[in-house]
Amino acid sequence: MGAVSIRDVSVGFGAVNVLSGLSLDVADGEFVVLLGASGCGKSTLLNAIAGLIEVSAGQIWIGGRNVTWAEPKDRGIGMVFQSYSLYPRMTVEGNLSFGMRIAGKPADEVAKRVARAAGMLHLEPLLARRPAELSGGQRQRVAIGRALVKDADVFLFDEPLSNLDAKLRNELRVEIKKLHLELGSTMVYVTHDQVEALTLADRIAIMDRGVIQQFAGPREIYRRPANRFVADFIGSPAMNMFDGALEDGGRRFASPQGSADLSAYEFAGAARPARATMGVRPEHVAIGPAPAGHAALSGKVSIVEPMGGETVLWADCAGKPVSVKLDGETKAKPGDDMTLHFDPAEASLFDAASGARL
Amino acid sequence: MSAAAEPAGPRPRRLTLSRVGVYVFLVGASAFFLLPLWAMVLTSLKPMSEIQQGDLFQLPHTPTFAAWSRAWSHACTGLACNGISVGFANSVKILVPSVVASIALGALTGYALAFYRVRGGNLVFAILLVGAFIPYQVFIYPLVRIFAWIGIYGTLTGIVVIHSIFGLPFMTLLFRNYYSSLPRELFNAARVDGAGFLGILRHVILPMSTPIVIVAVILQVTGIWNDFILGLTFAGLANQPMTVQLNNVVATTQGTVEYDVDMAATILTAALPLAVYLVSGRWFVRGIAAGAVKG
Ligand SMILES: Nc1ncnc2c1ncn2[C@@H]1O[C@H](COP(=O)(O)OP(=O)(O)OP(=O)(O)O)[C@@H](O)[C@H]1O
Ligand SMILES: [Mg+2]
Repeated sequence: MGAVSIRDVSVGFGAVNVLSGLSLDVADGEFVVLLGASGCGKSTLLNAIAGLIEVSAGQIWIGGRNVTWAEPKDRGIGMVFQSYSLYPRMTVEGNLSFGMRIAGKPADEVAKRVARAAGMLHLEPLLARRPAELSGGQRQRVAIGRALVKDADVFLFDEPLSNLDAKLRNELRVEIKKLHLELGSTMVYVTHDQVEALTLADRIAIMDRGVIQQFAGPREIYRRPANRFVADFIGSPAMNMFDGALEDGGRRFASPQGSADLSAYEFAGAARPARATMGVRPEHVAIGPAPAGHAALSGKVSIVEPMGGETVLWADCAGKPVSVKLDGETKAKPGDDMTLHFDPAEASLFDAASGARL
Repeated sequence: MSAAAEPAGPRPRRLTLSRVGVYVFLVGASAFFLLPLWAMVLTSLKPMSEIQQGDLFQLPHTPTFAAWSRAWSHACTGLACNGISVGFANSVKILVPSVVASIALGALTGYALAFYRVRGGNLVFAILLVGAFIPYQVFIYPLVRIFAWIGIYGTLTGIVVIHSIFGLPFMTLLFRNYYSSLPRELFNAARVDGAGFLGILRHVILPMSTPIVIVAVILQVTGIWNDFILGLTFAGLANQPMTVQLNNVVATTQGTVEYDVDMAATILTAALPLAVYLVSGRWFVRGIAAGAVKG
């Protein structure tokens, strides 16, 4: 009952067009993450779904109903705001129950639902406190609880974990994932954090300047980015990009760093422009002589970054820094010469002019 | 320089010349404003015979509160001689509903302007602002005619309505600015929770409004209590506020001018706003800043 459909929606503030003609379809029960740089319009989109800002064009459908003109309370949504926005003069319990009290729900049902939400989020010992008497993480949990008590069909989360420390963030991320499995409701979740996006999402919508660049599952986004923006945005360290050209009608890619045989590469379309960029994830680059079909590079190690479980090694290949992600530790030292290789089938090719995937 | 001069702990405060200058100025300014009050208190405590000796700052030889009780209950205001206690009662009767009504109205309009992007809201606000700066003498004659026509001219209702109208621009400004500084997401959260226009105001916004309501009460209590011309014009003879009665006390003279009674009556009239200022100085300053800084 909670499918969300955004159809050609435009939103502007005065002369500035933040979203223009954006469309997005979220299936019932799906967990969709909106990911994008600051100011790209994620909160704006979420507020438009919630009905907190008017759209200047287009329609919004929730659960098969056109809610474009409906009040926020009539859309069957629960929302967690970017800045907790707890009611400062109410206790935690008051905050959780406010919506139900306004709706005139019977007291025993209110108590039952508050108790359930408080149980899920471990808020029981805090129910009598005011927001000012809570830590940041506790406030965040109350904000999530306030949305959850509603039993809404669709939950909208605007960076719910952004103000937390890393440990708490991991804990709550797992909690949210569990909640989604438990409740089965549709969730639209905004974040800056790639790890959050990749771990939580059924599908990720990557936004840039009000436009959705790619809307696909985490694996697809990571392995087959639709364009250079997505490729650069996802992954850390960022994808290695080699500028070069397609030769032999697209059978070979040649760049100053080396050349790659493209017979195993799956092209997305028929287009074979001359100038292209090849992107390779750091973990797809390996050290050692290249096996058959792999592309080889030679370089000099410049930096070694041990990161506990893994090591990132930077090599200078014909003037271009190339990052390599290795499991465990390495004996390589800065200054060592080494050979690197990767499988072109796992790489991504982009049109140098438009940035689109080839 | 010894090692003991090494900076540590609180920095020593030195009495510099500029600091002395500031103190001298402050003391001088305080004296300038306090001396008249001091003279009034002294005069009100002296019998007439001492006053006629003419030394304003001479302490009274035989202090007496006779003038105060005369001013309160026997001084003549025009033909009646019941003191200004009648005016005090009238002022309270005008004050309480006017303060409540003007603040309630201002909070409502300020809230609507701050949170609801009503079409034409900014225009309404601009008109209110202009209204706040037009001297209200301009409105008096038309309002007298309108009120007479409705039939509330010269009644308690009339004067309460008048105070509410004239309080509206500044109260709206005050509340709008305060509410604009509250996070909008709080309002949005309440909307998602299903609260309506008045529900959000009552459950979410008003509980956060204590500071600005205190400021508004201070401003309105002092403003309405000190009002003279509106009370004189609109309240009617039966409801004349204390300020108007005070004027009558001072203006009504048979034989010698009773300075002691005049002074006592004046202090009695000024006592309420004076007490408000003294008790709430900090809030009062905050109110002025709130009204002035953001717009
Ligand atoms: N009320 C407003 N008036 C004018 N411009 C606005 C308003 N709200 C947002 N914007 C602009 O719209 C754009 C998108 O804002 P939005 O809040 O949706 O970004 P965001 O993607 O949520 O960013 P962040 O990740 O930093 O929260 C920004 O450029 C912002 O400056
Ligand atoms: Mg945002």
